Amino acid sequence: MNWNRFRQPDLILKLIGDLTEYKKQVKFMEVCGSHTMAIGHWGLRKLLPENIILISGPGCPVCVTPATIIDSLIKLKSVTITTFGDLMRVPGSHQNLEQARAQGCDIRIVFSPMDALKISQDRETIFIGLGFETTIPGIAFSIVNAAKNNNQNFSVLSLGKLIPPALDALLDDKDLKVDGLILPGHVSTIIGMMPYEFIPYKFGIGGVITGFEPLDIVLGVKTLIENLDHPRIMNEYSRVVRPEGNQIALDLISEVFEITHAQWRGIGEIPDSGLKIKSKYADFDAFRKYDIKTSDLEENPLCLCGNVLKGKILPPECPLFAKTCTPDYPIGPCMVSSEGSCAAYYKYER
Amino acid sequence: MSHGSGAALTRQLIKEVFAGEFRISTLDDAVCIDGSLTVTTDAYVVNPIFFPGGDIGKLSITGTVNDLCMNGSRPAYILASFILEEGFAIDQLHSIVSSMQSTAEEAGVQIIAGDTKVVEKGRCDGLYITTAGIGFLPGGIHLDAGKIRSGDKIIVNGTLGDHAIAIINARQQLGLTPAPESDCAPLHEVIRILLQNTNLKFARDATRGGVATILNEICDDTGLGIIIDESSLPVKYSTRVLCDMLGLDPLYLANEGKLIAFIGEANDDLLSLLKTYKYSYEAAVIGQCTNEVKGVFLRTILGRLRPLLMLASDPLPRIC
Repeated sequence: MNWNRFRQPDLILKLIGDLTEYKKQVKFMEVCGSHTMAIGHWGLRKLLPENIILISGPGCPVCVTPATIIDSLIKLKSVTITTFGDLMRVPGSHQNLEQARAQGCDIRIVFSPMDALKISQDRETIFIGLGFETTIPGIAFSIVNAAKNNNQNFSVLSLGKLIPPALDALLDDKDLKVDGLILPGHVSTIIGMMPYEFIPYKFGIGGVITGFEPLDIVLGVKTLIENLDHPRIMNEYSRVVRPEGNQIALDLISEVFEITHAQWRGIGEIPDSGLKIKSKYADFDAFRKYDIKTSDLEENPLCLCGNVLKGKILPPECPLFAKTCTPDYPIGPCMVSSEGSCAAYYKYER
Repeated sequence: MSHGSGAALTRQLIKEVFAGEFRISTLDDAVCIDGSLTVTTDAYVVNPIFFPGGDIGKLSITGTVNDLCMNGSRPAYILASFILEEGFAIDQLHSIVSSMQSTAEEAGVQIIAGDTKVVEKGRCDGLYITTAGIGFLPGGIHLDAGKIRSGDKIIVNGTLGDHAIAIINARQQLGLTPAPESDCAPLHEVIRILLQNTNLKFARDATRGGVATILNEICDDTGLGIIIDESSLPVKYSTRVLCDMLGLDPLYLANEGKLIAFIGEANDDLLSLLKTYKYSYEAAVIGQCTNEVKGVFLRTILGRLRPLLMLASDPLPRIC
């Protein structure tokens, strides 16, 4: 595929020019952290006409994971911890995983849960299984494989979260006024269009599944504007996302996981928005194997990440933003991960 | 580990611990003594020891040569110390030493002395190499960041991030085929071409921390503004795609055969001249110095300026 087709400045700027014909103020939420980063990277928020406002949503799995998990993991001295890279610098109460590694904990960055499975061949290994629907099938696949090979060394700390229930909870909040959603491309690759269909019926707004190139995002915005009077779920990312999603991946998820309530850092508990490992695979459930508990870390009372994650304010409206809270010394969850809204604003939009 | 990534924390460590205690005012990779003798030292701990496009031995020579020639010096001699882990295979050592020798011949330097230590298994990871380099600075050459002015052009000699991508692919066994190759190469000839055909003000090899980090350091030191033009950045397609997948930015990735040159006037055919040489055939003007901004900015392909910050530490690959 030729990516440059989706990065043609002339075409993108022409489409943005066309959007100036629309005069009413509209506010759209980009749900996914990768969209927030892409919008920042290409400078789209400021290129769009002023009356078209993009606000960031809850779609960064690292940000919404309770930080006390870090504390519990660091205590497990005799086990190898494997994780995706962006969790390394998330602060726990006293130290982050990078600092714990410097003090001798065996903590390794992996690019896939299958790498963690490989490491577990000769040592007891936990994989920190956080992510949304995009990453969860891979994690499920690693568990099915471990079970097939009766690999007693391997377990997963299941922190998987689901996007549609989170959107339901957010949109239910009457203080949040959005006119449409830019829906996550990669999550939708797995779940397809159906799980979003409640949105137009229940909340009267539309959503468009969107890719991550600048042309995708501008087309997503254009599609939302053109369909404001006929809110529905649309698919701009049809080169990747099939309406029905990916059945093999969905089957893997339901083979291994069952739906449970989940704690979202900065937001609170959302019903039916998390995944726990089914009892059939209990041997591979790190929560059971090591009796790990999560609780809410007390957040800094001045931190407004909750309102950022809910799309009520933009990061610069928080009094800590870029002052005491920076990517080097993050206070709130949205600054800790490179995909977090505050980190994206810090990097691209100051 | 972040203190070793080449980014802001490395600089802070050097400034606060070493420069203070040793009472050194300049934080350069190499230093010129008595106006003509340039010396440098560097340690090599790359993992894996063998990677597509090179190995720790080749890297130790190119790295030392490049540190020497960035001030315009002609690299001449190298000294090398080896720390070997007990049990390290002799045939591997042969192969590393032979690649050091052939790289040294290519760069026109002689390896003249060294030292060898063997430590117990587990006390080092295979093999570490430390080098010292000696070069001679011809009269009349005085490269200095202080000479850079608004309007000066910024040139790189080829595609960005190749070394980092080769190492990530090898280390994480991502299985990219063909495996991306490291760009590690001696740059003394590129410097020579630039010296002969331009009013070269200053040059730095863009190793750890990548082009963005070096540009930020130069802005910090000189108070200059820099605008980089995204559409002119030479980046291999495979690098671009892998970076997009992993959430990395080629501007922050390590190179081992790339330099950033600040030039005033240049001969009209400079780029075509650079393009005839094997280590600069994808050279490009990527931006220029300016008084319009303070700090480093990127003009995106859509025409907007956005800041190109100094990262505190290594960029981390993301989840999705």
